[in-house]
Amino acid sequence: MSDAAPMFPLRVRDLRWEAGGRAILDGLDLDLAGEGITILLGPNGAGKSVLLRTLCGLLEPQAGTIDWGGGRRPESGVAMVFQHARMLRDSVCGNVELALLPARLAAGERRERALAVLERVGLAQRAADSARALSGGERQRLALARAWVTQPRLLLLDEPTASLDPSSVDRIERIVREIRTEGTRILMTTHNLGQATRLADDVVFIDAGRVCEHAPVQRFFARPASQAARLYIQGELPWRMAF
Amino acid sequence: MNAFSLAISEAFALLAGFDHRVAEIVGLSLQVSGLAVLLGTLIGLPLGACLGVGRFRGRQLLVIALNGCMGLPSVVVGVVVYLLLSRSGPLGDLGLLYSPTAMVLAQTVLVAPLMAAIARQTIEDAWHDYEEEFRVLRLRWIDSVRVLLHDCRHSLLVAVLAGLGRAMSEVGAVMIVGGNIDRSTRTMTTAIALETSKGDLPLAVALGLVLLAVILVLNGLALVVRQWAMRRYA
Amino acid sequence: MANGLLKFLGCAAVSVMAWVSPAQAGETIVLASTTSTEQSGLFNFILPIFEKDSGIAVKVVALGTGQALDVGRRGDADVLLVHDRAAEDKFVQDGFGVDRKDVMYNDFVLVGPAADAAGVKGARDATDAFARIARKGSPWVSRGDRSGTHAAELRFWGSAGVELKGQPWYKEAGAGMGPTLNMAAGMGAYTLADRGTWASFKNRQDLAILYAGDPKLYNPYGVMLVNPARHPHVKKGAGEKFIQWITSAEGRRAISAYKIGNEQLFYPLSR
Repeated sequence: MSDAAPMFPLRVRDLRWEAGGRAILDGLDLDLAGEGITILLGPNGAGKSVLLRTLCGLLEPQAGTIDWGGGRRPESGVAMVFQHARMLRDSVCGNVELALLPARLAAGERRERALAVLERVGLAQRAADSARALSGGERQRLALARAWVTQPRLLLLDEPTASLDPSSVDRIERIVREIRTEGTRILMTTHNLGQATRLADDVVFIDAGRVCEHAPVQRFFARPASQAARLYIQGELPWRMAF
Repeated sequence: MNAFSLAISEAFALLAGFDHRVAEIVGLSLQVSGLAVLLGTLIGLPLGACLGVGRFRGRQLLVIALNGCMGLPSVVVGVVVYLLLSRSGPLGDLGLLYSPTAMVLAQTVLVAPLMAAIARQTIEDAWHDYEEEFRVLRLRWIDSVRVLLHDCRHSLLVAVLAGLGRAMSEVGAVMIVGGNIDRSTRTMTTAIALETSKGDLPLAVALGLVLLAVILVLNGLALVVRQWAMRRYA
Repeated sequence: MANGLLKFLGCAAVSVMAWVSPAQAGETIVLASTTSTEQSGLFNFILPIFEKDSGIAVKVVALGTGQALDVGRRGDADVLLVHDRAAEDKFVQDGFGVDRKDVMYNDFVLVGPAADAAGVKGARDATDAFARIARKGSPWVSRGDRSGTHAAELRFWGSAGVELKGQPWYKEAGAGMGPTLNMAAGMGAYTLADRGTWASFKNRQDLAILYAGDPKLYNPYGVMLVNPARHPHVKKGAGEKFIQWITSAEGRRAISAYKIGNEQLFYPLSR
């Protein structure tokens, strides 16, 4: 959190992104304050992943603005964990150290920090093992460690627990909470509604490239304001084809 | 006995008898080509990686040029390096012509583009795989190059072996800049060319079989090392 | 991680540099000569004797005479030993070479398929033999590489009045003596060879000497130093020692002593 440039409140206004003649983001507005875990819900193809990719700088918005605490996007402080994280053919520790390369630390300090964060995600014992030999759950924890080690102020998670077993999901959720406790703002997508109720402070519901609803988690699940959200929670919203 | 069985029995005699002269020639070939491949690795792989990762104007042209260089005739490389190293050439004062060093230089010029071209493809494929990850981490491109070179080390062995194969088997460049001097710059391939021109075809084929055996052993070793390393990092 | 690799490559680079500049023991000269002398085995026989006497190592680069003279012109050799008198004299005249001396001679032989379709066996002299081949249109493989042998061959075609342009039976190999003989053997063609290369050539198949002995087939070799005034790096002292030795009594003895089978291949020329 060395970067002094402001980041919050984050204001997204009228964001548009189109692919193949189809609007993925269709005038999306979103406000994020500086704390907590926000969960993005919405059917497949609603634009959640594109929103995350735009926020982390992989995609340039075709129209609309993102205002980072009154300024432009800070040089650092945003981290992202992809649904399918790519791991180098290297040790577990080496994969965490990768994230520290831009910080230009001494090799010793880089290693120390990587080991410290591996300790916190419960992978210290496996630091020297090959990252590609890890199980799905371990791999996802490694991906979290790689993002966490940079001490981001905003952490974007794209379905971090998809296709994991319940105990792996539980471990990931505990780590996410711990990261939040340290003051990192978290924005994550999931299709696991139980996970949303366990983790979220607030929920953003997206459908057809727009935010339909942004509400505290209890209120969202108790009294969803929009028809789409209600159907989605009941599992009855017809899923749109992604493309 | 026909020419082929004669050649094969002569090859075995050469290998079994450990002919001192042949051993010397094999040794020089390995030294020259080995060093050329080492230099080619130091130059070609990073160059290929930069081209694989970099996005700049004229990159496509460079890639085409590099791929074209894979087919560069070794004789042309030999003549160009000869003209550079000749006493009347720009580097003549070094007095390197007709020395093993000159042969190393010529073979380096020959194999570096080949290795760079193969490395470029390998690294570019890997880059597509990691690009988003690296961009989010805000890796500088030079760090990306270093990391990808390390990450693709097993696949890049193919580039090294291709370089070694080309260096060990070429005759045009070493002949011209080395001069095929007995006990000084005679390699396996120039010795084969010499025996062929002396009409001793069985000996030429026998030397060819020895060369083939050496290349096979090197490839076998590389495979063993690769498998050992792959087991280490899945 | 990537550091280990870089460190390894760095060490490798350092060791390359160490190897690339080897310590050279004793003096060495580069002798640009012809494939005929190298491949006949003459140098392997006489050079160890010179090296033992003088402590000077001789590195032989075997090329055609024309190429050898080019190498000398560029200053890439110290001493030349070649066989094309006219070209040698021009080389000295142009100031590229000094100290030219006659060394030895052998002779050219006309080889061809034993059946001898052109009938050169019965030729009156060498010029007649060439004329018979042209008349019959028997296949001929020429060196075509500006070598001493090539120059000699062209002189004979000239004196026989044969126009070579566009002749289907006339093939230019653009190669050394050995490869040219390999081609002639493969095609059943005639060619002109120096006796030294022929004597040590193993892939003769159906080829045999069909004509030899005309004094015009005389093939003299000359030695000269690349002009040190033009190329200051030329090893003048060692080169002169070599020229002196190969034309001395010991040198002549060594040349005469080299035989394949019982056949003497080169005959020293006394000054």
